[in-house]
Amino acid sequence: MIGPIISSGIISPAWDNLFAVILGMGFGFALESSGFSSSRKIIGTFFGYDFVVVKVFFTAAIVASLGLLYLSYLGLVDFSLLYIQPTFLASAIVGGVIMGIGFAMGGFCPGTSLCAAAVGRIDGLVFFGGMFIGVFLFSEAFPLFENMYYSGSLGAKMINSVFGISPELFTFILVLAAVGMFIGATWIQKKVKKVEY
Amino acid sequence: MKKINNDGSFYLNPYLGGVILGTVLLLSFYISGRGLGASGAVKNSVAATVNMIAPQHVEHSAYYSQFAGGDKKPMSNWLVFEVLGVLAGAFLSGIIFNRIKIKVEHSPKITERRRLLFALGGGLIFGFGSQLARGCTSGAALSGMAVLSLGGYITMIAIFGTAFGAAWLFRKNWI
Repeated sequence: MIGPIISSGIISPAWDNLFAVILGMGFGFALESSGFSSSRKIIGTFFGYDFVVVKVFFTAAIVASLGLLYLSYLGLVDFSLLYIQPTFLASAIVGGVIMGIGFAMGGFCPGTSLCAAAVGRIDGLVFFGGMFIGVFLFSEAFPLFENMYYSGSLGAKMINSVFGISPELFTFILVLAAVGMFIGATWIQKKVKKVEY
Repeated sequence: MKKINNDGSFYLNPYLGGVILGTVLLLSFYISGRGLGASGAVKNSVAATVNMIAPQHVEHSAYYSQFAGGDKKPMSNWLVFEVLGVLAGAFLSGIIFNRIKIKVEHSPKITERRRLLFALGGGLIFGFGSQLARGCTSGAALSGMAVLSLGGYITMIAIFGTAFGAAWLFRKNWI
């Protein structure tokens, strides 16, 4: 079956929301079982006492990137039907910087705060509640940010094309960089004083 | 894998967790043609709520009107269903690994109240930024990276780069 099986019409779109629930369950399970329901475990990456975020995040990025390349190579997925996050330079950078501050303050990102709330962490629930206020404020203040929101539009640009290399070569470099990071993270974690949490 | 402790401290090996997460993400692209997300569901919920209270306001808003109002059904959205699944999946994992417990997790050096205030502020700021960047750590960064989106990589670097610096500012809350 050539994927994506919903967009290409192999399975009726009526099933899409059911798959959404099942995929979401896998997502939530993977995050919680890796320890992402604990803000102090997540934040350990930034102080060097626990690099679980780096290890899980980049392993997942590699698995998904490699998997999509293989499926595409084998003719099992039509890359043109996949949703590729469009690139808007200004908003991607400024939005990312703002999220980084919220991350360091609150100790969660949206998905992990939800996982924390699901296992009874009140700080996770409060973070998730805070998001509603932030989203509401952005939506109301949208006219002020509209120019920035749409500026620097590059469409569905792929990162390998910036460097003028093939997706395969870029992914290979990504794997090498990630393995280097894993080795470095493990080395640093051994040197840093343990934090009890 | 280690023995399951009763104090709820058992976690999967991070590389195994990463492989499971990556496989779910891959399946999401293979089945639905899109990546995973989280902040989008909050956006749709906010738009739906505002639409219920003030439909005219939604109609005139250049932002809300993209997701709500008219024939649009913001709550019957892929991401909203996916996020309900996230709650269920995380709860299931919490039961299996014995981590279900109602508590405020915080450094012993700060009060519960301080932790909750910072969690609220952090959520507010993160939510705001996720709308500007068109997605959060999952929707923009991780899912974007899986399909080699330039924007996904830029957002990922901006989030983690800033968080490394900002964590130092907030270090009293954590270590």
